[in-house]
Amino acid sequence: MLGGFDASFVVQASYFVTAVLFIMGLKRMSSPVTARSGILWAGAGMVVATLVTFLYPGMSNYELIIAAIVIGSLLAWWSGKRVAMTDMPQMIALYNGMGGGAAAAIAAVELYKHAQGDAHTLTISVLAVIGGIIGAVSFSGSLIAWAKLDGKINKTLRFAGQKFFNMLLLIGALVAGGMVALHLNASPLFVTLIFAFALLLGIAMTLPIGGADMPVVISLYNALTGLAVAFEGFVLSNAAMIIAGTVVGSAGTLLTQLMARAMNRSIGNVLFSNFGESGGAAGGPVTGSMKPIEATDVGVMMAFAEKVIVVPGYGMAVAQAQHKVWEMCQLLIDRGVTVKFAIHPVAGRMPGHMNVLLAEAGVPYDLIADLDEINAEFETADVALIIGANDVVNPVARTDKSSPIYGMPILNADKAKNVIVIKRGQGAGFSGIENALFFLDNTRMLYGDGQKATAALIAAIKAVG
Amino acid sequence: MTGIVALYIFMLAAFTGYEIIARVPVILHTPLMSGSNFVHGIVLVGAMVALGNADTTLEKVIGFTGVLLGAGNAVGGYVVTERMLEMFRSSGAKAKQKGSH
Repeated sequence: MLGGFDASFVVQASYFVTAVLFIMGLKRMSSPVTARSGILWAGAGMVVATLVTFLYPGMSNYELIIAAIVIGSLLAWWSGKRVAMTDMPQMIALYNGMGGGAAAAIAAVELYKHAQGDAHTLTISVLAVIGGIIGAVSFSGSLIAWAKLDGKINKTLRFAGQKFFNMLLLIGALVAGGMVALHLNASPLFVTLIFAFALLLGIAMTLPIGGADMPVVISLYNALTGLAVAFEGFVLSNAAMIIAGTVVGSAGTLLTQLMARAMNRSIGNVLFSNFGESGGAAGGPVTGSMKPIEATDVGVMMAFAEKVIVVPGYGMAVAQAQHKVWEMCQLLIDRGVTVKFAIHPVAGRMPGHMNVLLAEAGVPYDLIADLDEINAEFETADVALIIGANDVVNPVARTDKSSPIYGMPILNADKAKNVIVIKRGQGAGFSGIENALFFLDNTRMLYGDGQKATAALIAAIKAVG
Repeated sequence: MTGIVALYIFMLAAFTGYEIIARVPVILHTPLMSGSNFVHGIVLVGAMVALGNADTTLEKVIGFTGVLLGAGNAVGGYVVTERMLEMFRSSGAKAKQKGSH
């Protein structure tokens, strides 16, 4: 059509370039020094792929395509720029769900065509069905995860026989999918049923999962969306989708395992045990009492300490206290105090969530240590300052076999000479488990909102002079 | 693309993804999850093809939704990843300054 210009070859060659750019970009993102350029590489790959797809042979509906891209991009751009750093986890969940939905939409279009007589081969239609189910589950599941993290859904839905019900939904989706793929009953009704069952399954699977497990769930849905994209890539014979989707699928699976392992739990356990909201009554009784302390005393204690280890948790994110915390630490560093941040792998709502917040506040990352690096150092620390962290410093995980978190590696904050806990009230943590750390003889409680308490500490340290 | 070639691509890409994550520091887990979230935004391309080949109104509506969602995944994923990594750069630069004097 355009002389010697072979559109199909140009498209395929550009997809190849895109795949290379994606892999190089992800590789660069895996090191702090090159991370920033990594997203630019991957972004360039996405632009190339999107533009060149307009040359794809045999396409129509260009005005619809352009309209959808413009609307989707503008909405996502606006929301992505506007969201606060503390709300990142739910935004990632939301964008991830969109990807799953898009993969499901591709499957739906292909399967409706298949049902209308434009039949695909068995392999292709099976892959379209599987990718469609995974994508739809990821779509509705991620939306529920988003709503839960954003506080739009606070209740957890649980009823007897829930697992059985979920299993029925999965079987329903698979049976409908089998009917369509095998051409036993490839009517549009059955195509619709596949997606109806799969969407319900995503909702039913995610509703009972507690907030504490959301990091693992988001990571899992991220991997699932990657897999769905890869399957739809097979359906469309699109190498860029196969490669990008598979890379994300395997990388996401590994990341999910790393996170689950950090909590000493299996992925199956996260999905089916309903931890994270239950367990309030579990665990032995804790003896002793919580002993309060005033900010001025803590200020003096830290100002004259040699070493202070700060343990941030989700409470710091909620209170947006990261800037104040760093301001306080700078005061201490100027006085010659050694300050370090100890980050538990599952602190916050995503792996590295705390790192992002501390980076936002400007904390240099040589001060930030993870669990293995820092745990031996607590014994030499004068003060362990816990800001909004709870389960990740609960010594019950080491000792009490009846506790739901038994066996989870924790930060040994209780080994420090003094433990100061900044906490809003006396209630139990996110998981509902009583924290034995709060009742130790060397622990003092500084009650208050993370931001206000830290501001009081800054004033106290300045007053020391 | 023949099935067996597609299978090879699948296998090699799976190892690639595994290798990329295997040696990554915890500090970058969230940006990398966000970055991989952006990368599967390539689904946009597939959705464009699906919409481009849609005939009936139903197919067009679903295809349109797919492109809309795919574009949201790609652009949103890019924006949040870029914002996160931007912070790492500034903190890295600060760390270097601190080390140099």
